Amino acid sequence: MTSTIGYGSLLLATLLAVAGMIAPILWRRTGRNAFFASALAAIVGQFAFVTVAGLALVYALVTTDFSIRYVAMNTTRATPIYYRVTGLWGALEGSLLLWEWILVIFAALVAWQYRHRERELLPWVLFVFSGVSVFFLAVTAFASNPFETLAPIPADGRGLNPLLEDTNMLTHPPLLYTGFVGLTVPYAFAVAALITGKLDDGWVVATRKWTLTAWFFLSMGNLVGAWWSYHVLGWGGYWAWDPVENAAFMPWLPATAFLHSIQIQERRGMLKTWNLALIMLAFALTIFGTFLTRSGIISSIHAFSSGPVGLFFLGFLALVVLGSGGLLLWRAGRLRDRLELDSMVSRESAFLFGNVVLVSALFAIFFGTVFPLLSEAVAGVKVSVGAPYFTGVTAPLFLALVFLMGVGPLIAWRRASWDNLRRNFLWPAAIALAAGGAFAAGGFRDAYPLLALTLCVLVVAGIVFDTARAVDARREIAGESAWRALATITRRNQRRYGGFVVHLGIVLIVMGLAVSMSYSIEREATLDRGESIDIGRYRLTFEGLTATQQPTHVRVEGLFRAARDGREVGVLNPALKYFPSQQSPIGRAVMRISLTEDLYVILSGFSNVEQRQATLKALVRPMVVWIWLGGGVLTLGTLLTVWPLAARAGAAAPAAAVAGGRVEAAGG
Amino acid sequence: MWRRVVLFVLVAVSLLSLLGYGFTRDAKEIPSPLIARPAPPFALPRLDAGTIALESLRGKVVFLNFWASWCAPCRAEAPALEAAWLRYRDRDVVFVGVDIQDKEEDARAFLRDFRITYPNVRDVSGKVAIDYGVWGIPETFIIDRDGRITYKHVGALGRATITAKIEEALRGVVSASEGRGEYGATR
Repeated sequence: MTSTIGYGSLLLATLLAVAGMIAPILWRRTGRNAFFASALAAIVGQFAFVTVAGLALVYALVTTDFSIRYVAMNTTRATPIYYRVTGLWGALEGSLLLWEWILVIFAALVAWQYRHRERELLPWVLFVFSGVSVFFLAVTAFASNPFETLAPIPADGRGLNPLLEDTNMLTHPPLLYTGFVGLTVPYAFAVAALITGKLDDGWVVATRKWTLTAWFFLSMGNLVGAWWSYHVLGWGGYWAWDPVENAAFMPWLPATAFLHSIQIQERRGMLKTWNLALIMLAFALTIFGTFLTRSGIISSIHAFSSGPVGLFFLGFLALVVLGSGGLLLWRAGRLRDRLELDSMVSRESAFLFGNVVLVSALFAIFFGTVFPLLSEAVAGVKVSVGAPYFTGVTAPLFLALVFLMGVGPLIAWRRASWDNLRRNFLWPAAIALAAGGAFAAGGFRDAYPLLALTLCVLVVAGIVFDTARAVDARREIAGESAWRALATITRRNQRRYGGFVVHLGIVLIVMGLAVSMSYSIEREATLDRGESIDIGRYRLTFEGLTATQQPTHVRVEGLFRAARDGREVGVLNPALKYFPSQQSPIGRAVMRISLTEDLYVILSGFSNVEQRQATLKALVRPMVVWIWLGGGVLTLGTLLTVWPLAARAGAAAPAAAVAGGRVEAAGG
Repeated sequence: MWRRVVLFVLVAVSLLSLLGYGFTRDAKEIPSPLIARPAPPFALPRLDAGTIALESLRGKVVFLNFWASWCAPCRAEAPALEAAWLRYRDRDVVFVGVDIQDKEEDARAFLRDFRITYPNVRDVSGKVAIDYGVWGIPETFIIDRDGRITYKHVGALGRATITAKIEEALRGVVSASEGRGEYGATR
């Protein structure tokens, strides 16, 4: 029954999606408002039916309706209820349904927001949304149906992959999918702009907040994924340059470049083609990433089961790449940009350099990701490309980015005068150099972390000085207190100060990455009860093992008493979890997290005879927590940028709507 | 203009076909660095008496099986191994079991339980298992008359594969890739 309702809804939604592609075309052709209403109705209808399908699957999962194959494969009677719900995105079929669900939610929101505006672009925007929706619906309905039934009905299900039984399962996939799918909004507008030939910055302004929101979800999806990997996979790392990690990270690069280069388009009317290309690239990369995870063509830890889905995705990817590129080339005549840089020392050029660096990093990562395929196709040799390549190539690029992040927001548009440079950079540069010296004296001798930390100081000092000057000016004009003045300037120029806060978040992340990657220590040892090992400033003493029966697995815990500099800091209990469905146990690492360093302990084995011996792996990784804190700051910064403070304040003081000398068109 | 179009189509189509090519192969399959190479030599004490050196078996096909008494797939494949040994013992084929990570009494009990009659050795230090890159048990290597590894199998073996791979080794045929568990086929 549930299966019939769910599958029927998917089929109806597919029909509506096809109608949703036809109606906008008829609307453009005839200009009759009935067709506009139909296009809107098709979107709302898709939203309604996909929601029914999604809820049907969730219902089946929660009630463990094992007559549905997907439910039987991904839950058991013992699965706790929240992991039954997350089972929705625990495997291929459900995850694609979730994707489609998020897509139609975005489509409905966009249709609602612009129902009275952007009348020229909107039909094509809705056309693109329905088009993408047709694809995902076709895949779920015909290639990987989550409602496929099973006979005979099994007594119990097989259950979620145990690695997915983690609280991050609640956040990481939905965040990442929202980021991926969110990029459909600017992509749809870019396609609409190309089709209609309305190539001014209207589409850019209209979608700025959507893009920023998608970018935010993408960033958080990646960060939460890194956190998951760090605390679940039990290898002490957070990023392995696995093809699927790359797939999730790659769209972030052109999206970041896009967010910056559209500012040049808004200001100076330059880079129109470039911006269109960037956002199309970002969207194509989201499809590419999904293709990579679902097709099994590149070996990865995140392998979903494969099947005909991969071919569907390849076809769709081809359509997106060739279609988008074709549109861009078709309009190339109208897009003749006048790229006139007045000076190499200007904000435009800093942003442009930043773009070049981001796209270079993208190219390097893309190349490394598909290189195993290339090598096998051309030379017939199997290779794998590992972390040394990726870190080696991208580290200098990311350092250059940090530098540009320090320069870009402060340097003058068009042409920076000596006076501007001296005013904005003399003190930050001096402070950064002094800090660099202090870091070197304090023991940071390796080039990369030293350079990274110094550049981070440059960014922070630049932001602090710039903000302090603006606060001073405000106090002089309005006689406000310092905090009040800070609040005022932030409200009046949310984009600038929100951007600053985002940059501070990135600085924290970069510092955490640079230090933790360069200064970690690691030890492995087999201990008898009562024995201990020293690692860094810590001493770990093995106190014994306990075994307990959990709902879905047997859990063996090792007890290790930890002391730092001779002072006791508590008992750590890393565990191994034995799932009946798995050949090898799943580790549960434990951490003692602090601002300066994490102590990370993994139980890698034990003698099961007398329970007297345990093998542990311990790591001390400095400043990892800064990465996660950076994520929090990034969230604040994005909220500060996107949240409509100015609109509300604007009701009281109309001047507040003018941000940085420019009306916030997308505000509200 | 047309040059740009041609360039774009060229780049896009070659990238897409590269991805399409990905479907024709299995990314998970990793070629064993041991297949077609000389088998690492060893001399290990037998569980009953004496020692076995691999060199002394040159000229015969060697069926080398790493196992332990506590390993369920090893138990599953044991009857098939013994049966194959009885069939091939007169055809210049030697079976050698290598017991690793095990207690001696448990290992003896295992041989008694399954009435194993082919020779078994103990690799107490685990050195031989490391030489052969044994990752889990059971793992089986087939070595031809010239001391070259012709086949590697990870996981339990079924009767059909044992026969096929020994016949290939007798003819000096080297497999292209290693085999994977046939837990189901052993039962």
